[in-house]
Amino acid sequence: MAASSLEIESVTHRYGNRIALSDVSIRLQPGRFNALLGPNGAGKSTLFALLTRLYRVQQGRILINGVSIDHRPRQWLAQLGVVFQQSTLDLDLTVLQNLEYHGALHGLSTRAIRERAAQELEWLGLADRLRDRVRSLNGGHRRRVEIARALLHAPSILLLDEASAGLDVASRRAINDAVRTLCRERGLTLLWATHLLEEVQPEDPVIILHRGQVLAQGSGHALCEAERDPSLGALFERLTATGEPSA
Amino acid sequence: MSPIRYLHAFTGVVKREFWRFIQQRSRFLSALVRPLLWLVVFAAGFRAALGVAIIPPYETYITYETYIAPGLCCMILLFNGMQSSLSMVYDREMGSMKVLLMSPVPRSWLLISKLLAIALISLLQVYAFLGIAWIAGVEPPLLGMITVLPALVLVALLLGAIGLFLSARIRQLENFAGVMNFVIFPMFFLSSALYPLWKMRESSEWLYWICQYNPFTHAVELVRFALYQQLNLQALAITLGTTTLFTLLAILSFNPERSARAVPVRG
Repeated sequence: MAASSLEIESVTHRYGNRIALSDVSIRLQPGRFNALLGPNGAGKSTLFALLTRLYRVQQGRILINGVSIDHRPRQWLAQLGVVFQQSTLDLDLTVLQNLEYHGALHGLSTRAIRERAAQELEWLGLADRLRDRVRSLNGGHRRRVEIARALLHAPSILLLDEASAGLDVASRRAINDAVRTLCRERGLTLLWATHLLEEVQPEDPVIILHRGQVLAQGSGHALCEAERDPSLGALFERLTATGEPSA
Repeated sequence: MSPIRYLHAFTGVVKREFWRFIQQRSRFLSALVRPLLWLVVFAAGFRAALGVAIIPPYETYITYETYIAPGLCCMILLFNGMQSSLSMVYDREMGSMKVLLMSPVPRSWLLISKLLAIALISLLQVYAFLGIAWIAGVEPPLLGMITVLPALVLVALLLGAIGLFLSARIRQLENFAGVMNFVIFPMFFLSSALYPLWKMRESSEWLYWICQYNPFTHAVELVRFALYQQLNLQALAITLGTTTLFTLLAILSFNPERSARAVPVRG
C-alpha cells in the first residue's frame, strides 16, 4: 500500500484578533519521519488541532491524498493516529480498558482490539502491563501506551505532538527510535512536533515553524547547505532569532 | 461506516461508563445513601406533619415513605444526570474528551450512546434503592417494578440530556457547585417529589405553578403512576417532549472547539 500524502495549503488560523497560524503551507513526505520544529508558542498545537479536526479550518485547505479533509472528515479521522501533547489516557482505567475504549470508538470489535492491543504492546515492550492501571505506569510507559492506542486502528498517518515532553533523556530517545522504526517498517507518514533539536536527524524532512509562520522546510541536510549553516541547530537559532523565512 | 461499527462504538461508551462507575464505589454508595436518608430519616420526621390524602395512583391511604419513594427514585436519576455533566467537564479538562472527538463515528451518535450509558448505570442504582426501600416497608406491586422500567429509562434520558446540555455551558469543574444550587435543588424541591402539588397550592399559588412547569414534576408523576401499573398520559407527553428537546439541545450545543481548547495550548 502506498504511503499517504498530507498537504496543508495556505492555512491561517486566528483566536479572536490574534493570528496563531499565518498562511502556512506544508507538504509532508509520505512514509517518512517528518519533523515539525518550533519553539513553544510557534503554533504547533494549533496546527495539530486543525489536522485532527478539533478546530475548524478557518482559511486554507488540508488535503489527504489530494482530497480535502472537510469533504471526507470521517474517513480522514479513521486513518489518522494521534498522540497529543497532554496525555489523554484515563488514569483510573487499565491499559487494556483504555485501548478497548479507543478501538471501540473506531468501530473495532473487542476481539480485534485485544488482538491488536497485544501485538502493539508486545512491540512496544509493554505486553505484561496490559491489566495494570495507567496511573501505576511511569511517564515513558504512558507515552508508549498512547502510541499503541494511536496505532490500534491501523492508521496511515501518525501525528505526535511533543510526544516526548516531560520524559527523561533515555525515555525520549526510546520513544523517538520506536516511531522511526514504525515509519521504516510500516510505511507510515509521520509528523513529529518538537522543540528539541536532538530529536531531529539531518536526513529528516524538517519544517521550521515560528510565530505561526513556516520559516523553512526541506531535508535538514539540504536546508543547512542552502542556507550555509553548519548545523540544523545553527539554522534553527538564526531563523527563530530573526523570524525571517529562509531564502 | 457499517451499523456494526456504530454498535461497537456504543458498546465502548457504555463499557467505559461502567468501568468508571465500578472505580468510583463511593459514588454508588452516596447515590444510595442520599435517598435512603430521605426515606428513613426525613420521612420519619415528616410523617406526622404531612398527611397524604388518597390521590391517584394510590387507592388507599399511604405512608409518607410510600409517597416519596418514586420522587427519590427520580432523585437518584437527577443526581446521576448531573454527575454525567460533571464527568463531561472533567473529561474536557483532563484532555480525555479528545479521544471521543477523534472518533470517526458521528458525534451525535456518541452523545446518544453516552446518554444511554448514563441511563443504564442510573437504573442499577434505582433498583438497588427500590430493593432496600422494600425492606424498609415501601412495597409497591411487584409487577410495578417491571412496568416502571420504561418510565425510569425515559426519565434517566431526560435528566442525562439536561446534564449533557449543562456540561456545554459549564466552563470549569469548579462551577459545578452552581449546578447544585441552581439546577438540582430547585428542580427537586419545586416538584411533586416530596409533597403532592395540592399541598403546595394550599401554601402558595405561584409556587404551585412553578412546580407545574417543572419537567421534573412530570417525570416524578410518570414514575409514580408506572410503579402502580398506571399510565399518566400528560406526564408521559411532557417527559417525552422535554427529553427530545434537551437531547437536541445537548447535541447542538456540543462544541468540540471548546472541548479542545479547555486544555492549554502551548506549542
